[in-house]
Amino acid sequence: MGLTTDHIKSRLTEKFGEQITSMEESYGMLSIEAPKEINLKVLNFLHDEADLGFRFLTDLTGVHYPDRTGEELAVVYHLHNLVENVRIRFRVYTSIDQPDVFTATGLFSSANWMERETYDFFGICFVGHPNLKRILNVDEMDYFPLRKEYPLEDQTRRDKDDDMFGR
Amino acid sequence: MRPVSYNILPKKLESDISVVNMPDGYQGEGFFAAKLSDVVGLARKNSIWPLPFATSCCGIEFMATMASHYDLARFGAERVGFSPRQCDLLMVMGTIAKKMGPVVKQVYLQMAEPRWVLAVGACASSGGIFDTYSVLQGIDQVVPVDVYVPGCPPRPEAIIDGFMRIQDLVGNESIRRRNSDEYKALLGSYGIM
Repeated sequence: MGLTTDHIKSRLTEKFGEQITSMEESYGMLSIEAPKEINLKVLNFLHDEADLGFRFLTDLTGVHYPDRTGEELAVVYHLHNLVENVRIRFRVYTSIDQPDVFTATGLFSSANWMERETYDFFGICFVGHPNLKRILNVDEMDYFPLRKEYPLEDQTRRDKDDDMFGR
Repeated sequence: MRPVSYNILPKKLESDISVVNMPDGYQGEGFFAAKLSDVVGLARKNSIWPLPFATSCCGIEFMATMASHYDLARFGAERVGFSPRQCDLLMVMGTIAKKMGPVVKQVYLQMAEPRWVLAVGACASSGGIFDTYSVLQGIDQVVPVDVYVPGCPPRPEAIIDGFMRIQDLVGNESIRRRNSDEYKALLGSYGIM
């Protein structure tokens, strides 16, 4: 038997109905999207239901889509059902002006550092996080380096000569 | 077969024991008079204790430099120290992330005067290929550097060349240099009193 994508889809539709804004399968892996307000409800549902059982948070990261006005930043959760060996991708979007998303640390302890990393690089504020501060970059940094807000390197610059710097 | 173009001709051993030349001075029966700075410089340059601060591939080249084939010990640097308090020469080899900048500076501060710094490789000298937000664009932003060794990574010969230039600096340094206003201004510009 095993846990099928169709079953996950029908369980989610049954519980959340229209609130799940997108469900698509790419390369055999289900991707779902929902409004950021219910991200914890969806995660809790996927985690707690006995027949779904997504109890492992593989990864949590952010993406910046500068062209999607009003929902520039995405938070991506990769969940894993270790018993059935099924993975699922869950995404919520938030505006860059108020990048507040509820924290998943209550559900997954591993989310603690991953949310700090996402905050560090994308500036997404995880509401309710116990220790939301930079984790990899220097504390004094006053920008979020992986946002697509910075111009590419000036190709005419002369201060770094390719011949001398091995690039 | 790969052509070998170096070290193929046997070289006659000039002397069993190599000894540095005496500094200029006056010599007579039972005495030798020379400038103190020359003697101190001679002693210092031939007994440099390096402190390797190796973070990446340049560190691997340094290991080759220390090993028997290139043998940095021939230059009096037999004793690689791993405590900054005992060492004279800080050898920074590899990429220094901005977050590691204060660590390099603290290591430098823990060294006793006189101290020298050798930046080995493109990354330590200028950030190298890592022209990015997380990498320090040269360790001379946090500590004063005496000699830069170019290369990505430099060959052991280049590291030895940089080391010999450090030896030149050490040997010719005036005893009073560390008390000079210029030196204090230099350290002051790095916020080191």
